[in-house]
Amino acid sequence: MSEAPQIDIDYVARLARVELSPEEKVTYSAQLADILGYFDKLNAVDVDGIEPSAHPFHVVNVWAEDVPGECLPKEEAIRHAAKTKDEQVMVPKVVGDA
Amino acid sequence: MSESLFYKSATELSSLLQSGALSSVELTRAFIERTQAVEPSVKAFLQQNVEEALAMASESDFRRSRGQSLGPLDGIPVAIKDVISVKGASLSCGSRMLSHFVSPYDAHAAELLKAAGAVLWGRLNMDEFAMGSSTENSAFQTTSNPWNTDCIPGGSSGGSAAAVAAGESPLTLGTDTGGSIRQPAALCGVVGLKPTYGLVSRYGMVAYASSLEQIGPFGRTVADVAMLLQAIAGHDRRDSTSYKVDIPDYTAALQAPAKKWRLGIPKEYFAEGLDPEVRQAVRNAIEFYRAQGCEIVDVSLPHAELAIPVYYIIATAEASSNLARFDGVRYSYRSPNATDVVSLYSKSRGEGFGSEVKRRIILGTYVLSSGYYDAYYLRAQKVRTLIRDDFMKAYEQVDAILTPTSPTPAFKLGERKEDPLSMYLADIYTISANLAGIPGISIPCGFSSENLPLGLQILGKPYDEAGIMAVAHAFEQAHDFHKRYPSL
Repeated sequence: MSEAPQIDIDYVARLARVELSPEEKVTYSAQLADILGYFDKLNAVDVDGIEPSAHPFHVVNVWAEDVPGECLPKEEAIRHAAKTKDEQVMVPKVVGDA
Repeated sequence: MSESLFYKSATELSSLLQSGALSSVELTRAFIERTQAVEPSVKAFLQQNVEEALAMASESDFRRSRGQSLGPLDGIPVAIKDVISVKGASLSCGSRMLSHFVSPYDAHAAELLKAAGAVLWGRLNMDEFAMGSSTENSAFQTTSNPWNTDCIPGGSSGGSAAAVAAGESPLTLGTDTGGSIRQPAALCGVVGLKPTYGLVSRYGMVAYASSLEQIGPFGRTVADVAMLLQAIAGHDRRDSTSYKVDIPDYTAALQAPAKKWRLGIPKEYFAEGLDPEVRQAVRNAIEFYRAQGCEIVDVSLPHAELAIPVYYIIATAEASSNLARFDGVRYSYRSPNATDVVSLYSKSRGEGFGSEVKRRIILGTYVLSSGYYDAYYLRAQKVRTLIRDDFMKAYEQVDAILTPTSPTPAFKLGERKEDPLSMYLADIYTISANLAGIPGISIPCGFSSENLPLGLQILGKPYDEAGIMAVAHAFEQAHDFHKRYPSL
């Protein structure tokens, strides 16, 4: 099988929006290389012409009537946000000054 | 309370309630007292809602006194894994991310339990976001195996299995994404069932890997599990993968005489890596069925050994997407160290998630990333098709398949914590059922020389829960493994 692939841990952590400590980066890189090496088993299988399964059973779309139902009350919906103001969730500034 | 009461099956307790020999308040109080006595060594519960449970029990007694009982579950305590929403109760998923979260609504399964009159008793420990096979990934506490408190209870529903084994709750709910009900049931010596994908609504269950997971019951006996499954199975329009199927009377199905089933033995499940004592116990079970006149058939599941890589690609890919919602903005932990929006996400997630969850998110992000998608994710989905086809082919010859549930008895706490790959291999016999969507049950089938429980897994055809429970019940009737108790 091919050599165990190396993950570019900084790049993947950035894609995943997960900040890792320098120690975590070292540990995860080694562990993930092991795990990906194990995944190499799959390369030995001939999958030509095999349909991928997204679900165990064939599922088809089901339409439902668009009936308005009860919603969570606003205060309930934002109750767990770390920071709120005037019934809205607060986050650090997203756009720069005009 | 006499010791015999908290080790009675839910079915027996239900008869005692129905005959008036026992009230739900007496029963619930007994389980609360038992829990308070053994929790210091078991640590299965994250929350104990003593007052609410007693209030629900009192309502149950009132209903029964007026002849308005809601059925066999009315007044029976059911404790729930902390990943299934119950309005007003904690929903931590074993994670710091959600350590203060309180559910604003009921999961479908919780609604159905309430409608059946069950006493919702406590929130159970689990591996963080159901990722793990030992419950050691909980951010809050380590649950012990009641049979040997130096050992793991299995996972991720370790709290659910340990609570039943220790006599803290007669019934519990767990979830099973790759074996998270069946493996801890086996290691704790109780019965656990993973339903067919789509049988139980996932509405109100916090998602880890949506195409694989199901809510399912734990109990002391097969009949107990049948009673709890009866209450939670059924279609729900709020889960788009919930399946419209007629739900049979599971309890009645157990009362039918045992059949001469055709039972498949897949040779791939008895290969290298299987503990000799587990192998012997499962062999003994196979011989039992043969002696009952069942036809034992060798079957092959040639892609079985690929189940672990396929699972850890698909499950982590789905996890990386599902867990994107924990961004520190709307409800999860928010880092106080953020300076802008991106660092708010990254720091909140870096600080809020535990190490296995971060490992799986990174892995899932990688297998979905540009340039690797075809090699890992798409290929895994194709091999998933082959794994499912293997089962469907086997079911042309047999009614059910017998295997070990776990390759080993419970291992020691800490033994595999630093080695993720060896932990992943703990799921080797259970994972395929999730990939194929089929139902599976684990029942006690023996004990190791160190007095640790061993489990037999029975896998069935899609939506044939009644069939595998009947096979399991036949074994249970002729053995007394389910009547042994840990000394706590």
